[in-house]
Amino acid sequence: MNSARSNPISTVAMHGVLILYTLIALFPVFVILINSFKTRKKIFREPLALPDAESFSLVGYQTVLKQGDFFLYFQNSFIVTVGSLTLILLFGAMAAFALSEYRFRGNMIMGLYLALGIMIPIRIGTVAILDMMVSTGLVNTLWALILVYTAQGLPLAVFILSEFMRQVSDDLKSAGRIDGLSEYTIFFKLVLPLVRPAMATVAVFNMIPIWNDLWFPLILAPAEETKTLTLGSQVFIGQFVTDWNAVLSALSMAILPVLVLYVIFSRQLIRGITSGAVK
Amino acid sequence: MTALTLTNVNKSFGNVHVLKDINIEVEEGEFVVFVGPSGCGKSTLLRTIAGLEDVTSGEVCIAGDVVNQTPPSKRGIAMVFQSYALYPHLNVRNNMALALKQAKESKETIEERVAEASRMLSLGDYLNRFPSELSGGQRQRVAIGRAIVRHPKLFLFDEPLSNLDAALRMNTRLEIANLHDQLGATMVYVTHDQTEAMTLADKIVVLRDGRVEQIGSPMELYNNPTNQFVAGFLGSPAMNFLPANLLEDGSPNTLGVRPEDLALDDAGPLEVTTKHVEQLGGDTNVIADCHGHQITVRLFGQHAINAGQHLRLGIADGKSYFFDAQGNRLS
Repeated sequence: MNSARSNPISTVAMHGVLILYTLIALFPVFVILINSFKTRKKIFREPLALPDAESFSLVGYQTVLKQGDFFLYFQNSFIVTVGSLTLILLFGAMAAFALSEYRFRGNMIMGLYLALGIMIPIRIGTVAILDMMVSTGLVNTLWALILVYTAQGLPLAVFILSEFMRQVSDDLKSAGRIDGLSEYTIFFKLVLPLVRPAMATVAVFNMIPIWNDLWFPLILAPAEETKTLTLGSQVFIGQFVTDWNAVLSALSMAILPVLVLYVIFSRQLIRGITSGAVK
Repeated sequence: MTALTLTNVNKSFGNVHVLKDINIEVEEGEFVVFVGPSGCGKSTLLRTIAGLEDVTSGEVCIAGDVVNQTPPSKRGIAMVFQSYALYPHLNVRNNMALALKQAKESKETIEERVAEASRMLSLGDYLNRFPSELSGGQRQRVAIGRAIVRHPKLFLFDEPLSNLDAALRMNTRLEIANLHDQLGATMVYVTHDQTEAMTLADKIVVLRDGRVEQIGSPMELYNNPTNQFVAGFLGSPAMNFLPANLLEDGSPNTLGVRPEDLALDDAGPLEVTTKHVEQLGGDTNVIADCHGHQITVRLFGQHAINAGQHLRLGIADGKSYFFDAQGNRLS
């Protein structure tokens, strides 16, 4: 920051607030992490103490890796999240392009209709969705989850992306048309790279709720071979006995992949902002 | 042969009637400029010629063929945009080559045409750069190069100089004029800047509210405007309009005089008070008040005139224009 315009007191205050917020936000994660390496007794007696030579234990991780097929759960969660994100971004961007680029009767109504999903939570329709999945034979498949999450993510994706696509230079698209590019080439080669920051935003917004969701996996795909990570971790939480070592270890491991995905998308976000645009 | 014919072209967006019965003919090799204030429909007209917008009714003919149903890429046109509209993911060479690749031209033809265009526009050093690494003037040259390589029947320019600074604008203007001479191609150029229109055009089309006001060579329009709008739009500083009853009592008409047709004359008919003096060295512009109306006088050379001074002005013989209440010229 420009030293002439910065005031030491406000700088300190600003950083203080930010650091405080970071600590508050990271504290639960930190507690989960340290406790996942401790013995059961120590978790309850000194939940905030760091694991030391006496309390250190990998029993939670051992339980998790022994019981159930944890790598399969990982894989399921990953397939569902990545699959849903791909479909949300692809169809959301295409719908947004159509809405922002073409004038047709009912354009406005269509836009509002697509945005309706932002206001009405998809869980209201759970029973109907379950009915539908049963009659199409999709229950206990990953496709059931991917389709539902795609439907859940599309409204916001269309809403955000169409706003951004309106800002893409008309001249650029016109130039493409005059040079004989097809509408698909214009969409994929010219428009999409320019709205990449918005795509990354949409991806991050959708990724975390999908990864963490318990509701739909529990209802639509509870079978052993389609369990997601969040659902898989629930086996350690019983009505009478909860294996906290295992729960905390499972949660710690569940953080990693989503962290990796986030880093990938946020890179895109920054690169999109800094790469030169039209003018 | 006519390069472009527009017959009764109309264009509406919903209830908004943007272009109203446009009839224009452009001869081969001509440089035609569409000029008008913003919102007059000149860019829309250009886009209908390019095929980026459909006409609501009427006919667009390019080189004798009706092209109403032809997509832009098959119309034999090339367009240069105000915002350059270069493809950000391609370097200069590929930006220019893209249209030819799409048209499935052979590698040798592409190579040759890109080389030819980059020689004409001295872009040789930049062929491997990306648009984000070029300055504004260079980007606009690339955009022009992208048009040249297609060897189009018709060049369309949509305010190509508006994003450039003043000095660069003048250079690029000259470059476009040179290009027109070298290529002998038909060019249609849209601008809101009357200087560009006057300096570049063989023929000017003045548009207002989606209607053609007048078509003619720059000097025809300057010397012989058919109405008050055209008279006021062309020429800088703009023509002065005063009530004609300052000269002849009781006249309801409007008098138009160009700033350079006014001169200091102690026996002149107009009595003014100077408000502001602009010394340009070669010219002196005097902005004065004439019975509550602002009037601009352009004097050649340097004059020692101060604000607040009272002056009498005369009008050069035969240089007064009269317009009726509807703005039509009275002969």
